[in-house]
Amino acid sequence: MSLSLILIAIVLAALSGAVGLGLDRRSAWGQRLAVALMVPAAIAGLTGAGLALAHTSEPGPFATRSVAVPTTMPAGIGSWQLLSNRPMLVGVDALSAFFLVPIFLIGGLGSIYGLGYWPQAGHVANGRKLRFFWGTVVAGMALLVVARHAFVFLLGWEVMALSAFFLVDTEDHLAEVRWASWLYLVSTHVGTLCLFAMFCLLRLASGSFELTSLTAGQAGPGLLTAIFVLGLVGFGLKAGIMPFHFWLPGAHASAPSHVSALMSGVLIKMGIYGLVRITGLMPPPPLAWGGLLLILGSVSGVLGVAYALGQHDLKKLLAYHSIENIGIIVMGLGLALVGRSLGRPDWVLLGLAGCLLHVWNHCLFKALLFLGAGSVVHATGTRQIDRLGGLAKAMPWTAGLFLVGAVAICGLPPLNGFISELFIYLGLWRTTGLAGEPSAASVAVAAPVLALIGALALACFVKVFGAVFLGSARSGDTQSAHEAPGSMVGPMIILAGCCGFIGLVPGMVAPVLQRAVGSWAGAAPTPGEALTGLVSLKWIGMMNVSLAGLAILGTVVLAKRTHLAQAPRVGTWDCGYARPTARMQYTASSFAQFVLGLFHWVLRPHGQAPVLRRLVPPPAYFETHVDDYVLDGQILPAARFVQRWMARFRGLQRGLTQHYVLYILATVIALLIWTLPIHQILARLLAR
Amino acid sequence: MLNTAIHLLLLLLLPPLLPGVINKTKALFAGRQGPPLLQSYYDLAKLMRKDLVLSSTTTWIFVAAPVVTLVAVLLAGLLLPLGPFGAPIAFTGDLILFAYLLGLGRFFTTAAALDTGSAFEGMGAAREVTFACLAEPALFFALLALAKISGALDLSAMLHDPLAGPLHTVMAPLVLVAIGLFIVLLAENCRIPVDDPNTHLELTMIHEVMVLDHSGPLLGLVLYGAAIKLFVLSALILHVIAPFQTGHPWVDWPMFVGEMLGLAVGVGVTESIMARLQMRHVPYLLIAAVLFCGFGFVLLVR
Repeated sequence: MSLSLILIAIVLAALSGAVGLGLDRRSAWGQRLAVALMVPAAIAGLTGAGLALAHTSEPGPFATRSVAVPTTMPAGIGSWQLLSNRPMLVGVDALSAFFLVPIFLIGGLGSIYGLGYWPQAGHVANGRKLRFFWGTVVAGMALLVVARHAFVFLLGWEVMALSAFFLVDTEDHLAEVRWASWLYLVSTHVGTLCLFAMFCLLRLASGSFELTSLTAGQAGPGLLTAIFVLGLVGFGLKAGIMPFHFWLPGAHASAPSHVSALMSGVLIKMGIYGLVRITGLMPPPPLAWGGLLLILGSVSGVLGVAYALGQHDLKKLLAYHSIENIGIIVMGLGLALVGRSLGRPDWVLLGLAGCLLHVWNHCLFKALLFLGAGSVVHATGTRQIDRLGGLAKAMPWTAGLFLVGAVAICGLPPLNGFISELFIYLGLWRTTGLAGEPSAASVAVAAPVLALIGALALACFVKVFGAVFLGSARSGDTQSAHEAPGSMVGPMIILAGCCGFIGLVPGMVAPVLQRAVGSWAGAAPTPGEALTGLVSLKWIGMMNVSLAGLAILGTVVLAKRTHLAQAPRVGTWDCGYARPTARMQYTASSFAQFVLGLFHWVLRPHGQAPVLRRLVPPPAYFETHVDDYVLDGQILPAARFVQRWMARFRGLQRGLTQHYVLYILATVIALLIWTLPIHQILARLLAR
Repeated sequence: MLNTAIHLLLLLLLPPLLPGVINKTKALFAGRQGPPLLQSYYDLAKLMRKDLVLSSTTTWIFVAAPVVTLVAVLLAGLLLPLGPFGAPIAFTGDLILFAYLLGLGRFFTTAAALDTGSAFEGMGAAREVTFACLAEPALFFALLALAKISGALDLSAMLHDPLAGPLHTVMAPLVLVAIGLFIVLLAENCRIPVDDPNTHLELTMIHEVMVLDHSGPLLGLVLYGAAIKLFVLSALILHVIAPFQTGHPWVDWPMFVGEMLGLAVGVGVTESIMARLQMRHVPYLLIAAVLFCGFGFVLLVR
């Protein structure tokens, strides 16, 4: 039942944009039809995923609701033969269902948001293209999540990757957008290459292309490590784990905002899904894997948020925060792997529950933030934080909802980000309980790192929220600002509601997490304890409810008691200066400058500072940039070097057909010579 | 039950006394008579009766922030055991909630500062969040060390008598953790040498400059919340430096109040004998706090 609902949803989603292709470019019906197909697809998909999450009780990978789809391919046609014995192609377990929820949620909400944000009437040139690939990217992601066979997985993966390329490339008349999308295309295919190799090695180990769990006897440690490393690079490139994150900021910033929300909220999580799935298939891993993931996660977390602090572009800043949150997610997975290596089911449970719940949470609040940023861009036409300001008055709904997302992403109570970070913290805390195991104690050091990430994220989101929505307008761009239409605010309200729900009633998600974790650790000893026994979710929920309730109640009472509406309003006290202007406000850049100073050694901000020469200095300007070290410092110079080196062969390319025919002839002759039995000829010659 | 009632009473009523004690100590050092010990109570009572004036650039965030901050520190105070008594609310993982509640207060205080659109308040907010980035890991290292000693995952069990372990292994780490936590206490509450609450130059302020535009009841809530934060963090550090108990509630409660006032005197002495650090040197002090707490933890691992 659930699987057929999900398959129907995949087909509906794939078709949603296609039906509009035949309609007139100016007709609004294409978009309405696409939404009318996408919303039922989302509802069907969410229902299917919900059913699967509610009913999969028995643990074990793929134990439930798998179907063998009979292939129509006749047996014995070359390499297709391997499909003839009816392999398992698709199936749903709790882990798949868990990842299907964000796919269909954001797929549906984003397409509604598009009605106001990217209306066909205003985007005649690319509206149809965007909706077509929106449908295919959702279908591709859903397909890869339910795939039980390497071919189906890679099919879904490539449909997703290529559709996302076209989505990033929506505004392909802009050079910046083309550059970002090509960079994305290159990196995603390097990742796919690794995945091809990884699945081949998996086949070598397990004997089939089906995704089945390996036992320790089936593959040696070398082969397993090769599979893990290839998976880490392939999936890490998609997830944006540092140092594989270089494509992510540009692509997220260049895409339309609801596409950014989908990519950041859902698409990069497919890399996490792949990692979780592959590590779940493995026998208990060596300690080094979990340790490596913890280190990579910590580096991504700290540097992701540090880079975010240095950004001036609202969407690029949010993109770097995706890297930070992926870091937190990977830390959770690393803790789970360490727990599996050392045989500690409670670490596995808390680490993986934190990892998975943070996947949901990040999807909710990051999509909310990107949609909020989209509303700002929609209203003002700029993404530059330092050109904005004071938008909370013109856009009260967007400001309030953005604030919810900002509090949630900082991991602060009473919202959902706190719950998932709490799981990871508690898992890390439990590692201190193990006596005489220094390696376990070094795992606990990740807890202060997570605290550092949280404090930095707080600094960054106070900066963004303050600079964009509070204070007064810094430039004329905000003059035309207006509240977003209902089709844009509505999806944001739903997302904010989900953030609040998980934060206030965390006990409701515990059973779902328990099942999802159970289907991962099926190969390992099943966790003996229940999640609710390890964390007092009841108390946390009560504290969060009382926090939110008291804060709202207190504010209302205070406003009533002090007759706030009648309170006299005067200009801000500027320490005696009588005529402050909006340009004298602290900008986002100056706000972040002090923190950036602490990370000077890695971020290397550079810029143009004015030099005051004369008594009355001439007009001057000041600017700072933070370049990405991996992209601008390593990959581009390396690419330029390779390009220079390859330029030597450019002489061969003459553009004349005769030359190319000559090359072919030369190659054929060379190959013929290669096949000559030279040894025998030589032997005969020498024998005489 | 009685202990819970006393906990609540102390949490609500004692905090404004601490700034009074600190100021009195500083005045004695300077050879002045100083304000009365109860001055903070008089100030609060007066502020709550006043009308308020708002800046025309502010939004609802500006009004909500002092309330959210106060609620957050009060709830944090409910999670923390005072002296040898258990906290009113204790559960697995309350220590994370404790730290993050203080973070929520910081989010709203700094956001309200940016809400006024003043350069000075933005400057103060930037300093506050920057210093917190270093204070937070120090606090977590300290909590990790205490968890390592006690093997517990909730604050009440964790802070209950940290000297429970073998004295020769826990003494050195506890001294390091206590020094680190004391620096965190000074930084989080904006005391000398990190910040000078009495300074009169807005350019050099941290906490005081963020609340320049709050007036009347709003300012009262801000001051009250700051006093409670000082109280809560002092109560945390008291567990490490003065883990004494007799077992008789009627001796332990007065002893706790005495220790708390003693710590306030200690803060006052620190403020009197030290000059304020240059702003760019404050991160070094906080990194030292991280190192103290971190080494405290490392010593326990071995």
